[in-house]
Amino acid sequence: MGGTKKSIGVSYIINTTLVVLLFFVLLIFINTGVIGRYNTQVLTLVCINIILAVSLNLVTGVLGQLVLGHAGFMLVGAYASALFTKNIGLPLSISFPISLLLGGLLAALFGVVIGIPALRLRGDYLAIITLGFGEIIRVVSYNLEITNGAKALSGIKSLSNRQNPSPMFIYAFLIAVFIIVILFTFGRSRHGRAVISIREDEIASESMGINTIYYKLFVFVFAAFIAGVAGGIFAHNYGTIDPAKFDFNRSVEILIMVVLGGMGSITGSIISAGSLTILSEKLRDFSQYRMILYSVILIIVMLFRPSGLLGRYEISVPKILRYIKKRSSNKKVPPEAREE
Amino acid sequence: MDFTTHVINGLGLGSIYALVALGYSMVYGIVQLINFAHGDIIMVGGYSVYLIMVMNGLPAWIAIPASLIICAVMGMLIERIAYHRLLVHNAARISLLITALGVSMFLQNSFMLLFGSEPKAMSIFDSQPINLGSLVLDFSTLLNISVSVVMMIGLQLLVNKTKIGKAMQATSEDAGAAKLMGINTNNVVLFTFAVGSALAAVGAVLYCNTYPQIKPDMGNLLGLKAFVAAVLGGIGSIPGAMLGGYALGVAESLTKAYISTRLTDAIVFSILILMLLVKPTGLMGKNRKEKV
Repeated sequence: MGGTKKSIGVSYIINTTLVVLLFFVLLIFINTGVIGRYNTQVLTLVCINIILAVSLNLVTGVLGQLVLGHAGFMLVGAYASALFTKNIGLPLSISFPISLLLGGLLAALFGVVIGIPALRLRGDYLAIITLGFGEIIRVVSYNLEITNGAKALSGIKSLSNRQNPSPMFIYAFLIAVFIIVILFTFGRSRHGRAVISIREDEIASESMGINTIYYKLFVFVFAAFIAGVAGGIFAHNYGTIDPAKFDFNRSVEILIMVVLGGMGSITGSIISAGSLTILSEKLRDFSQYRMILYSVILIIVMLFRPSGLLGRYEISVPKILRYIKKRSSNKKVPPEAREE
Repeated sequence: MDFTTHVINGLGLGSIYALVALGYSMVYGIVQLINFAHGDIIMVGGYSVYLIMVMNGLPAWIAIPASLIICAVMGMLIERIAYHRLLVHNAARISLLITALGVSMFLQNSFMLLFGSEPKAMSIFDSQPINLGSLVLDFSTLLNISVSVVMMIGLQLLVNKTKIGKAMQATSEDAGAAKLMGINTNNVVLFTFAVGSALAAVGAVLYCNTYPQIKPDMGNLLGLKAFVAAVLGGIGSIPGAMLGGYALGVAESLTKAYISTRLTDAIVFSILILMLLVKPTGLMGKNRKEKV
């Protein structure tokens, strides 16, 4: 980890350049029409799923608590922000960011309500309570007037249109980058280390003076907030939402991304979220086999590599570059570029 | 319909929850695992009765024991294939939970593929209303209550009077010490899964008899509510699971009658949250001290 101050500075420069480069390349492709409207939507969905996966990774990977209702928080955020932009009457460029914040806050509120009873206790109550929450919030939104019941809530305006296809993608991409940066810095802060210590041994960390309930609740509510924001982007990306879009299977899909990428690895979550999203869009014809495949993958990964494919490793481009440099100065062929 | 009828109907419904909750509670007591796949065992039980009775036309007295056996074998298979490796290696609990979730999803989605996702109609016994003085009750309600009471008495006898039952108690108390005393804890765990799954099959038969249809995701909500019942009564305790099941059934029936039919599930769920806030060990749960 780490290295000298200078090498850390170099790492920041390399990472920032790469992200900016990726952003502008994609943006140019979208605006010139190389990436069509459908594929832009898929790319936006990739960003949304990355946001969801890294936020779930924070709770399930870093804190070590299983959450099975992430789609429920997403639902809350999606409906809250969609109803806000539909009814407030402000121009969308102003109301959309506010609505995202609002959706996130409402999801966080639900997180507090169900987090307090579940996280005060040791054990697996959070899993079952969030599972129940996800199911119940879906059933309730089927029956409410304001969510338009089982009929989809449609006519949600999108910032993107035929002339200007990129705004939704820009929002999703920038929010994703912002959240990833926050999570990386959080993970390396004193608070992040406290959270990791809770995962390793709750009793020991409590006796070291860490307020475990506070940290568990904070992380869970923060993840709920992020899921709410992602739900808001999701609603405006598609223009139509109905409760069935946020069912248990979606929660499981997000969980698969985290488990497969590696529990505790942010870059792992990003990579698996990106590839699984694109894969499931391309393999729509086999969607009935998808869930069976997912479940088998879950079981096998848990049985033979319980920490996920990447474990807690983070892939880092600067490290790979340094590795290659070291190898080539030793006059050797650079091997596979994946390393701690 | 008066108050007494609602309460008795609630007890009938609660009996099913209680039978399923017993399985959750027993497995949790032995290996501290929330077995997500338990709800889907109910579904397997329902479909095996459907397969034998409706598709092959065999009588109920063959179908019911057969479904009990199928579920018990299924429970043991799940334990051996999915959980055993993790239990033996003392894996992190989150791995066990995710595996259990994977098993549940696998069962549900493969049955959806095999039988289709649309509900299938099925009735097991002819249900006729029975008049008891001023009360008019369904035959199925009375059947549910009496079967659940018989099952609980049987289970209590099994756990307290037989050798394997005492081995179960010892394993749940302290698995390491039980092993030192010469108890084959692996077999005890296996036996617990078998008994729990067989009870789920009984629950499945009663459920299909009361609400005559089956579908692949029927285990979801039923399993969830049964888990709520198990927590309500105190997870790990057999009389607690029964009590929790009855309480939940009555609460649900009264909510349907007097408050709202649509929000029943939400209210049942808030009961769980309230219970965890007020008394997390449940009505009859023992407060276990934590040792470092």
